[in-house]
Amino acid sequence: MPEKSRPITMAIVAMGGEGGGVLADWAVDLAEKQGYWAQATSVPGVAQRTGSTIYYLEFMENDGSGREPILSTMPTPGEVDIVLASELMEAGRAVFRGLVTPEATTLITSTNRMYSMQEKTAMGDGRISSEEILESCEAASRRFIGEDFAKIAEESGTVISASLFGALASSGALPWSKEDFIAAVERSGVGVAASLKAFERSFEIAKAPKRTKTAPVSIEIGKRPEEPRPSGLSPQEELALISDPASGVGPALQDLAQRIKSEFPEPVRVMLIHGIKRCAEYQDVKYASQYLDRLVRIKDQDEKFGDGRYQLLSEVARYTALWMTYEDTIRVADLKARRRRFDRVKKEAKVNENQITQVREFFHPGVEEITDTLPGPLGRAILKSQFATKIIERVTKDGLRLHTTSLHGYILLYTLSRLRPLRRRSLRFSLEQNRIDAWLDQIFETVSENYSLAVEIAETANVIKGYGDTHRNGLNNFNAIMREVNLLRAKKDPDAASQVANLRKAALADESGTKLRSLLSTSA
Amino acid sequence: MAERSFLEEVKKLRTGAGEEFAGEGILAVTKALLQSGVSYVGGYQGAPISHLMDVLGDAKEILDELGVHFENSASEATAAASLAASVHYPLRGAITFKSTVGTNVASDALANLASGGVTGGALIIVGEDYGEGSSIMQERSHAFAMKSQIWLMDPRPNLTAIVDSVEKGFQLSEVSNTPVMLELRLRSCHMHGKFIAKNNVRPSFTFEQEKVQKRWPAAVKFIKDNKLNEFLNDGTQDIGIAVQGGLYNIVIRALQLLGLSDVYGNTKIPLYVMNVTYPVIDDEIVQFAASKKAFILVEEGQPDYIEQNLHAVLRRADVPTKLHGKDFLPVAGEYTPAVVTKGLLEFIKKYRPDLISNEEALPSVVKPAAPRIKAENVHGRPPSFCTGCPERPIFTALKLAERETGKHHVSADIGCHLFSILPPFNIGATTMGYGLGSAGASALQSKDTDRATIAFMGDGGFWHNGLTSGIGNDVFNKNGTLTVVVDNAYSAATGGQDLLSSKAENEIRSTKHPIERAVRGVGVKWAKTVTNTYKVSELRDLFIDALKKKDDEPKVIVAQSECTLNRMRREKPAMAKRIKEGKRVVKERFGIDPETCTGDHSCIRINGCPSLTITDNPDPMRKDPIATILSSCVGCGLCGEAAHAAVLCPSFYRTEVISNPSLWDKLKLSFRKFVISILQNGIDRRLAKIEAYA
Repeated sequence: MPEKSRPITMAIVAMGGEGGGVLADWAVDLAEKQGYWAQATSVPGVAQRTGSTIYYLEFMENDGSGREPILSTMPTPGEVDIVLASELMEAGRAVFRGLVTPEATTLITSTNRMYSMQEKTAMGDGRISSEEILESCEAASRRFIGEDFAKIAEESGTVISASLFGALASSGALPWSKEDFIAAVERSGVGVAASLKAFERSFEIAKAPKRTKTAPVSIEIGKRPEEPRPSGLSPQEELALISDPASGVGPALQDLAQRIKSEFPEPVRVMLIHGIKRCAEYQDVKYASQYLDRLVRIKDQDEKFGDGRYQLLSEVARYTALWMTYEDTIRVADLKARRRRFDRVKKEAKVNENQITQVREFFHPGVEEITDTLPGPLGRAILKSQFATKIIERVTKDGLRLHTTSLHGYILLYTLSRLRPLRRRSLRFSLEQNRIDAWLDQIFETVSENYSLAVEIAETANVIKGYGDTHRNGLNNFNAIMREVNLLRAKKDPDAASQVANLRKAALADESGTKLRSLLSTSA
Repeated sequence: MAERSFLEEVKKLRTGAGEEFAGEGILAVTKALLQSGVSYVGGYQGAPISHLMDVLGDAKEILDELGVHFENSASEATAAASLAASVHYPLRGAITFKSTVGTNVASDALANLASGGVTGGALIIVGEDYGEGSSIMQERSHAFAMKSQIWLMDPRPNLTAIVDSVEKGFQLSEVSNTPVMLELRLRSCHMHGKFIAKNNVRPSFTFEQEKVQKRWPAAVKFIKDNKLNEFLNDGTQDIGIAVQGGLYNIVIRALQLLGLSDVYGNTKIPLYVMNVTYPVIDDEIVQFAASKKAFILVEEGQPDYIEQNLHAVLRRADVPTKLHGKDFLPVAGEYTPAVVTKGLLEFIKKYRPDLISNEEALPSVVKPAAPRIKAENVHGRPPSFCTGCPERPIFTALKLAERETGKHHVSADIGCHLFSILPPFNIGATTMGYGLGSAGASALQSKDTDRATIAFMGDGGFWHNGLTSGIGNDVFNKNGTLTVVVDNAYSAATGGQDLLSSKAENEIRSTKHPIERAVRGVGVKWAKTVTNTYKVSELRDLFIDALKKKDDEPKVIVAQSECTLNRMRREKPAMAKRIKEGKRVVKERFGIDPETCTGDHSCIRINGCPSLTITDNPDPMRKDPIATILSSCVGCGLCGEAAHAAVLCPSFYRTEVISNPSLWDKLKLSFRKFVISILQNGIDRRLAKIEAYA
């Protein structure tokens, strides 16, 4: 008569190079030391190079008869007791494959994200919501332990296998004591101290992780950077700023802050404060004042045609500020020469007292980027002259590797940043001001016809970004969408807003504009 | 030097009789070879048996003691041809390679070997790369066994069974004068388990057998006499299951889930376990079928060679027993416990529903379930070039070159460089096989095409056969193909084994034979070697130059840079040591300024480095994530070079961290700091007027 006993089953899902094999080795060693039969298999293949990979283990108590159990080389959905995941989307994959089930599985996952190529290569924000994956993981598992184990590992100077092993020990999903787990790590003999540090921290933190099945806490994970942002505000700070905009700006902008308070509605004030500061540091206080001037007529329209939430004004305020502070050579030099940037670079390099740092920039200004900064007539003349452009191309061909932390490098950067006064007379300045006003005109005219279309026109400014070819392609895509907008407005198409939204997404789907062109030809 | 060292593990190969041997599948196979008195071993690396080659390499001392000859064969064909030693001499020989790709390459030699027969035992250990994680086309080695009449063993996936079948395989080969193929399944190779060892045996000439019988009957007799195939609990039911040995564990797990077996293999349903899948032993099939109204064959893969064979056996013997197989089980694909459980349940329900007493107790795997996460939330994550991989800039350069020359037909090859076919590069049209990159491009290099074709080939594929099948072929046929030989100094994708052109000193092999000299030797005139693939602009210009030439001269670019995995393995500890000794060491890494990054991700689309990723935008006005560089960055420099070559964006910077700086370093630094600080104070004063914070 067949006996009822079954092995303990465990899957480790990870990406190649993360130490999943080490984790499996520890577990096997641990199990064998406890007198269990242990079998581990994997399909590494070429997955050692960042691809998804899976290790599968079974442990069977030795009943003393010497009979060898027949263990499976592959997991069975519904029969996996433990799943360890090194990353959140990999945990999601384990759920998708059915390895995680509400009846059987303790799912222990690191909540950090290693973005997929698809997420990384999108022109805009192509990221999958961590929250959605977490919710699926929680719903799919019997027990869920989610915590940023990758961070714990990094802080302990080791890799994630050590912190996951600690969480596994802490979960009690395997019938062995903490000391037995530690002994297995010690026996492996490699990087023991760092591994145990991560093990201990994870062991403790996994007792009350950020995300568990039993006590769901709504905490945003991975949405915001850890580093406090100089202008990143808490909700309370935002409220304070809304009631007193002047508290959020320096002495030079006090008047404009007062103007924001008296002329603009509460929902857009934080955005506007960011906007005036941005324009003022980009150019001068006058420029910031021009920024507010530009928004007044949009505010009036929004008051008339909007629902009181000022969605249009808010987006126009955002993109007008971003557009007015377009990235030219002066701006880039200005941002790179600042002290806070030096401090950040140093912090990022994690230097100790026996180390010093040097920084080099990789500039490669194209002809247009140089003529952009020159006074309008001169810039245009050079662009027209084949001879002059050839010479500039020759000179800049190999780009410029600027040693920022050297004297001559820094002084060059600093001098460039001080060319701010020249900007107003530059070729690009007048070009961009005309483009901004044309775009604002378009929005202004559209509000009365179709409010949501006006919002979409505002958001379409987001397709213009980047430098060089990327910027040129973005501008072409923007112009193509604007031509479409004119057609839609002429047709009084009630569905115009969603069509423009689709066009915008298409423009951000690939750089070459292939997807956008395919949509344009169908709707034209 | 191979990626993984087994110097520690190979000590286990000395385990003596009666002692327990615990370890990985491939190590067990090596031990089994030594226990069987093998005389010589050859093979070609490739998953899943790469490590078998590495183990043998690291076991040199033990092999030498025993007098076992070991070769890293130039190709699978070379390995197969080496079995010629067993044709006239009673020497036991074993070879190993990845299958079916390696078997394809070796098949000419294997056919000749099987045709004449062998005197000494000849064992072909094939790593069957089938199912999840496989990197090749899904075919079966079974066809090769049948076409050349090579016996095929498919042992149960546990180390005792595998070790046993190595020894039995040699004996079977000798009594039947036929080479034997031992199929090692993907997971068996990487499986941890244990077995009781025997002593190693020095090779000798004592295995000679009388050759009075014909080979087939001899094999059949040996298989029957030695009970290589197993009858389990036969005669207890009127239904049964026949199974390939390699799937035995899966079938037992399925039966266990259905309540028809326990974990020790005490099955209620009679089993016939075919540890030898070719030849099929007719008598045993008839015997198994006779007592049953129906049985099911669990045979993985397509086509259903064994099932067809069994039907013929039963028909010839006029046995009315119903035979099932792929009517209940999937025609193709991996036989996981899930699909086997479902198939067996259907079969049992049809003939013996009484055996399934309680529907409620059935495992959830046989019940329908909706996916518990949205499919679009789980992206595919294929392997890609490592952080710092020197092959990535080659494709960045080609992508940039194609902006100028237009798109070209690109014929790819086997190796890490094949990752170019995946996003973000999407470069490469076809892959015809190892070393066949140039050959695959040849027919498109017609006189009528206005653009040259491009072929990629790794150094591994080049020496495997590409020099003759590709480069030589191009010279002879006057094909103006541009072949890029990616020379990373190792057969890197298979685990970093050395090759003729490896830069490293290798005690037991001859290295440092340049690829450019070889191609010039076969008549290529336009051959360039690039020694630093990170010079993206240079490489791009070289591509453009080669592609603009419209003649019938084959062009070869040897793109050299050492595999970074191997380099880091060597240099990381050395650097740590120098820092510890107080020496001045400069370490580089890259960064991206969040303020100037506009979040367009152009840099990622021409790079794809795992360390180059995205993060939240710290700018409160911007919505899209910005690019960022993780601390796993090794400072290879591609980001900067690519930003340069593509005239992308000024956000990239390189940080040089100088450990143990010299006095001069420190002096320079403090002077610079002084001046820079004064200027930065000015900037801060201006900003303070605008911002509320200091």
